[in-house]
Amino acid sequence: MPFPDRIERTVELAHPPSKVWTALTTADGLGAWFGNEATIDLRPGGSGWMRWTEGFSADMRVERVEEPTVFGFTWHINGLPDDDPRRTYVEFTLEPVGAGTRLTVVESGFAQLPEDAYRSAYDGNVKGWASELGELVDYLDAA
Amino acid sequence: MPPDKEAIAEQVFSALADPSRRAILAALASEGPATATDLADRLPITRQAIAKHLALLAEAGLVTPEPGERRRVRYRLRSAPMQVAQQFLAALARDWDRPLEALAQHLNRSARTPTTSPLEHARGRHG
Repeated sequence: MPFPDRIERTVELAHPPSKVWTALTTADGLGAWFGNEATIDLRPGGSGWMRWTEGFSADMRVERVEEPTVFGFTWHINGLPDDDPRRTYVEFTLEPVGAGTRLTVVESGFAQLPEDAYRSAYDGNVKGWASELGELVDYLDAA
Repeated sequence: MPPDKEAIAEQVFSALADPSRRAILAALASEGPATATDLADRLPITRQAIAKHLALLAEAGLVTPEPGERRRVRYRLRSAPMQVAQQFLAALARDWDRPLEALAQHLNRSARTPTTSPLEHARGRHG
């Protein structure tokens, strides 16, 4: 059984790529269909976020901007601790089909696990807690 | 040897499939490192069964034995394998179907509404 690394979906939309592009890459667009509120600095390396009224949010880092065909960003993996460095990459590809658009979204990187990250994540946690608890003990001993 | 993600996830999920092991891992997660005797005091599981489960969990790398007080072995939860299993769950929990439906609806909706200036649009959203 494979470890799921990648999610892919394709939808046909009855709107031209330029319109789909606007919905995907502007604060107004993202805030209307994806989040409830959004900001975006649309350039590679630019940052953005989306917030939902339920109280959660997602920070994005823009990676690819090739108007109006490819828009890619990375974001945090849901469910992992906030300080976890691993991120998944989301890429939207827009392809004109007649008067509409075939939109493909691929999110990949769920299975990334360089051995170093694995070791440092674990060792980092253990050492981090050990040293924090050690500092607390020192503080209490001194008081 | 590089860790095999699939093997790690399988060990985590088989460990969690057993209610006694789930209880032991939950106790270590919530209350920190403990000996088999500590756990037997807290959980409705015999000390012998706890020792057996801990040996299995240590073998799978989900807990680490370490020297405790009075020469008793203490067990500490290892979070790294759990984080691997979380990645597996994150892929299952990611929902693209609903956002893509919402996108299609958004495009259809905005196609019907008359064109407004960005300022009017913003006012409408906040008002």
